[in-house]
Amino acid sequence: METALDSGNTAWLLTSAALVLLMVPGLAFFYGGMVRSKSVLNMLMMVMGALFVVGILWVLVGYSMAFAPSYGNAGLLGNITQFAGLEGLMTNDPEAGVPAMGFVAFQAMFACITVGLIAGAVADRTKFSAWLIFAGVWAVLVYFPVAHWVFNLNPETGGWLYKLGVIDFAGGTAVHINAGAAALALAIVIGRRVGWPKTPMRPHNLTLVMIGAALLWFGWFGFNAGSQIAADNTAAVVFMNTFIATCAAGLGWLATEKIRDGHATSLGAASGVVAGLVAITPACSAVSPLGAIAIGAFAGIICALAVGLKYKFGFDDSLDVVGVHLVGGLVGTLLIGFLATEAAPAGVNGFFYGGGFDQLGKQAIGAFAVLFYSLIIAFILAVIIKKTMGFRVGSDTEISGIDKALHAESAYELGESGGGGVFAGVGHAARAKTEVK
Amino acid sequence: MKMVTAIIKPFKLEDVKAALEAQGVNGLTVSEASGYGRQKGHTEVYRGAEYTVDLVPKVRVEVLVDDESADLVVDTIVKAAQTGRIGDGKVWVVPVEAVVRVRTGERGHDAI
Repeated sequence: METALDSGNTAWLLTSAALVLLMVPGLAFFYGGMVRSKSVLNMLMMVMGALFVVGILWVLVGYSMAFAPSYGNAGLLGNITQFAGLEGLMTNDPEAGVPAMGFVAFQAMFACITVGLIAGAVADRTKFSAWLIFAGVWAVLVYFPVAHWVFNLNPETGGWLYKLGVIDFAGGTAVHINAGAAALALAIVIGRRVGWPKTPMRPHNLTLVMIGAALLWFGWFGFNAGSQIAADNTAAVVFMNTFIATCAAGLGWLATEKIRDGHATSLGAASGVVAGLVAITPACSAVSPLGAIAIGAFAGIICALAVGLKYKFGFDDSLDVVGVHLVGGLVGTLLIGFLATEAAPAGVNGFFYGGGFDQLGKQAIGAFAVLFYSLIIAFILAVIIKKTMGFRVGSDTEISGIDKALHAESAYELGESGGGGVFAGVGHAARAKTEVK
Repeated sequence: MKMVTAIIKPFKLEDVKAALEAQGVNGLTVSEASGYGRQKGHTEVYRGAEYTVDLVPKVRVEVLVDDESADLVVDTIVKAAQTGRIGDGKVWVVPVEAVVRVRTGERGHDAI
C-alpha cells in the first residue's frame, strides 16, 4: 500500500504528545507544593479535572474549532462540525506524512495544559464544580478559537495571527498569555483568600515544587521541539534553545533574589525554570542559542520582579500565574521582535539584526489581541458563574481546609495523632463500608 | 519527687541525653515543641514576600527524679544544653504528688 507516512516523524510526534501530557502532573506538583498542606489535593484535582474536561471537549468540538478551515477564511474560528467526534480521522491518508490522529492527540495536550495553568491563580478557595464548568466553557470560548488564530498554519484557511506573520512557535500567545490573562480575570472576580496578604501562606512542600518544575522542563521538550511535527533540524535547534534559555532564566531569577532579598531560594530556582520555558516557547525557532540565553535571562529577571505586582495592586493571584505566564509570555513574544535572526529556522530578522520594527509590531498585535480577548471573556464568564452557582467555598471551609470539605481526604498522615503511629486509632472510629467476614 | 522539664535546642538533645545517662538517670520523655522566648522567630522569603515565623522548633525533655537529685539533674541539663547564644531554652522544676509504675503498681520512690 502506498503511503507517505514518515515513521520517524510519527514516532517523535506521538512521543512529544506523551511528553506534553507529563507536564500536566508536573504542573499539578509545581502548584501543589506551593499551596498550604490543607489544600494540596484540591490543587492537584483542579489541574487533573481540567485535563478530563478539556480532553473530552477536544474530541467533540475543540479540534474542529482550532484546526478545521476558517469560516469565510477569516481566520477567527474553524468549522465546528468538520471533524466533530473525530470519526473521519481514523483512516490512513496516503498523502499525510504523519497520521492526523497523532496531531490531534498532540494538540489535545496543549489545550489541557493551558486550562490547567489558570488554576494556580485561584488556589485554596475555589469550588471544584464551578472550576470544572469554567475550565470547559473557557476552553470552548477562548482556547479553541485562539489556538485557531495562532496554530492553524494554513496560508488560506488558517488563523488570522498566523496569516499576519506573528511568530509564535509553540504558544507564547495561545498558551501562556492566554492562560495568564484568564488567571488575572479569575483572581480579580473570585477575590482574595481569607487573610491574604497579612497571614503567611507559605509553600508547604518545596521539594514537590522542584519535582514539578523538573517534570515541566522535561515535558517542555515535547511541547517546543514537538511543535515542529517532525524529527528534523528545526526540532533540534528548538530543543537546544529551550534548554539554554531555561538555564539562563534560573540564574536570572536567583541573581534578582540574591540582590533584592539576600538569598537565592529553591522556589526561585523552580520559578525561574518555568519563567524561562514560558518565554522561550514562542521564540524557540526564531533566535540563536545566544538569543535564547538573552531571552531566558531577561525573563528570569522580569518575572522575579513581576511576582511582586500582585501586592501592589491587591489581587491574590495565589501562585503567580500572571507574574510568570502572562509576563513571561509577553517577554518571549515581544523579544522576538528584537532578537529574531534570519539564521534561525523561522528565517526572520528582528530589530537587532537589521529587520527594523516590522516584526515587533506584528508580535505586539498578536500578544495584545490574545491578552484582551482572553481577559474580557474570562472576566464575563467568571462573573456569570459567581452570580449563579457561586465560585468559592465558604470562609469556614477555606480556613479549615478545602481538601477535607470538598474531597473528604487529607494529603498527609504525618503527625503523631494520625500517622499510623501510636495514636492512629484514637479518636478515629474506622467505619468500613463493606464488612470483612 | 520532682518533675524537671527542659525546653532545649533540638540539636542539643543527644548531648543532654548522654549527660543524663552518665548521671544515672535511666528514663526520660522527649517531645517536639515550638515556641519563642526573647529570641523570637525568624524571617523567610518566598518569591520576594517576607514571612515572619514566630514559633521556633524546640525539644521538651521531661525527667522524674527524687527530691535530692533534682538540683544535679538541672545542672546536668543546663551544662549539656548550653551554647551561650540566645534561644538556648529554659529548665524548670515542679513538685510531683504521686508516681506509679504501670507494670508493677509500685508507688513513689520505687516507681522512679
